[in-house]
Amino acid sequence: MPTPNWDLFWRSLWPIVQGAIVGTIPLAIVSFAIGLVIALVVALMRLSKVRIVSSIARFFVSVVRGTPLLVQLFVIFYGLPSIGLLISPWPSAVIAFSLNVGGYASEVIRAAILAVPRGQWEAGQMIGMSHRQTLARIILPQAARVSVPPLSNTFISLVKDTSLASLILVTELFAQAQKVAAFSGEFMLLYLEAALVYWIICLVLSTAQSRVERRLDRYVVH
Amino acid sequence: MSSTDSAVPGVPLLRVSGLKKSFGDNEVLKSIDFTLNAGKVLVLIGPSGSGKTTALRCLNGLETPDAGTVSVAGDVTISFDEPVTRKQRLALRDCSAMVFQNYNLFPHMTVLQNVIEGPVRVKKVAKAKATEDALRLLAQVGLAEKRDAYPFELSGGQQQRVGIVRALALAPRILLFDEPTSSLDPELVGDVLRVMKDLATEGWTMVVVTHELEFARQVADEVLFLDGGVIVERGDPRVIFTAPREERTQQFLARLLHPLD
Repeated sequence: MPTPNWDLFWRSLWPIVQGAIVGTIPLAIVSFAIGLVIALVVALMRLSKVRIVSSIARFFVSVVRGTPLLVQLFVIFYGLPSIGLLISPWPSAVIAFSLNVGGYASEVIRAAILAVPRGQWEAGQMIGMSHRQTLARIILPQAARVSVPPLSNTFISLVKDTSLASLILVTELFAQAQKVAAFSGEFMLLYLEAALVYWIICLVLSTAQSRVERRLDRYVVH
Repeated sequence: MSSTDSAVPGVPLLRVSGLKKSFGDNEVLKSIDFTLNAGKVLVLIGPSGSGKTTALRCLNGLETPDAGTVSVAGDVTISFDEPVTRKQRLALRDCSAMVFQNYNLFPHMTVLQNVIEGPVRVKKVAKAKATEDALRLLAQVGLAEKRDAYPFELSGGQQQRVGIVRALALAPRILLFDEPTSSLDPELVGDVLRVMKDLATEGWTMVVVTHELEFARQVADEVLFLDGGVIVERGDPRVIFTAPREERTQQFLARLLHPLD
């Protein structure tokens, strides 16, 4: 086994990290933020008593979860131009990723809302709150606590999924590693290096997750 | 926290007639009638499934009756024989405040936040004023020093006293209690019952669903015994508990007083 080319490793590290800073991380954060808004709306639609509203939400979730993310990306970036809709790489990626998060996270949020005891709705009503006020002030804060672990998983998956954006020409972590690999021929080294940087990002996120959970834990029985 | 209700003398504060409620095929309330004067305490007793909790929940709009009339003197009269508007429902709810069997405190809020949430968010009372009122009420039930505690840090009895203060803070005309001591450890029941007795003495108008016969005997002005969705017997607690007329009442009281016989 040949000794690794440590010189190349160190010289390529900054371009890869740069790809993370300008691509992977902002792409994940922006898509997750928009995706959570979509998820909340879809979750509330699914819980709606109006049949047509909940059906639309169910259909959306089914499509998002039933089709590969890579296919969704390609439809938006390479497919839509043929019907005259040209969207540049970054927005295409954000659209695909946030719809994806919206689909998956809506199920998490829906389950979390259903997990709040019915007595909490009744107590909110009893003090005179409207349905909307009870939801915003009483139910969602409690649902948020339940949602943090599964939503963290969704976010960590998203960070890794953003590597697919390299296939629609977004400059991000993996695209940078690929560029150096193709140019140097050191595929093993560069792909392992990319993997390492993803792993470090995810380690940081896991730590952040436990901190958020601890903070939200302050009103829960220990 | 004086609560002398300015209801018209001689006119009952609360009047319920022909109240009916079914869940699917299960007819839980088969026409219930009662009235309650301001400052009086009405206690509902009866076996589980008798409809007493449902009757109470209808008064706070947590259940919508299928038929019947509920009126609170000077505020609202609703006939449930026809469709009820949202506005009517809210008007009825506004007249009363409920204390729940399982407390139903908001676990993500401190004691103080639990109490002022309704006044500040719904009744639009200034936060400083709501806080001042809340602290006075908390002091009255011996929980002033718990203002910043979260519900999980409190005993069941303390939580239920917060539940009572949360209801009082809404300044309702009628206080509703749904088995307020049924979830409590036996040694904590007294703390809550004493607070309720004080409220009765202060002149609050109360409807209480409970199995605490001693409380009913000492505090109630009238007792209704419900079974199978109807009021089987009603009257002065001292009469009902010592000389019940109806056989079902006798059996129920016997079971409650002598569970092992």
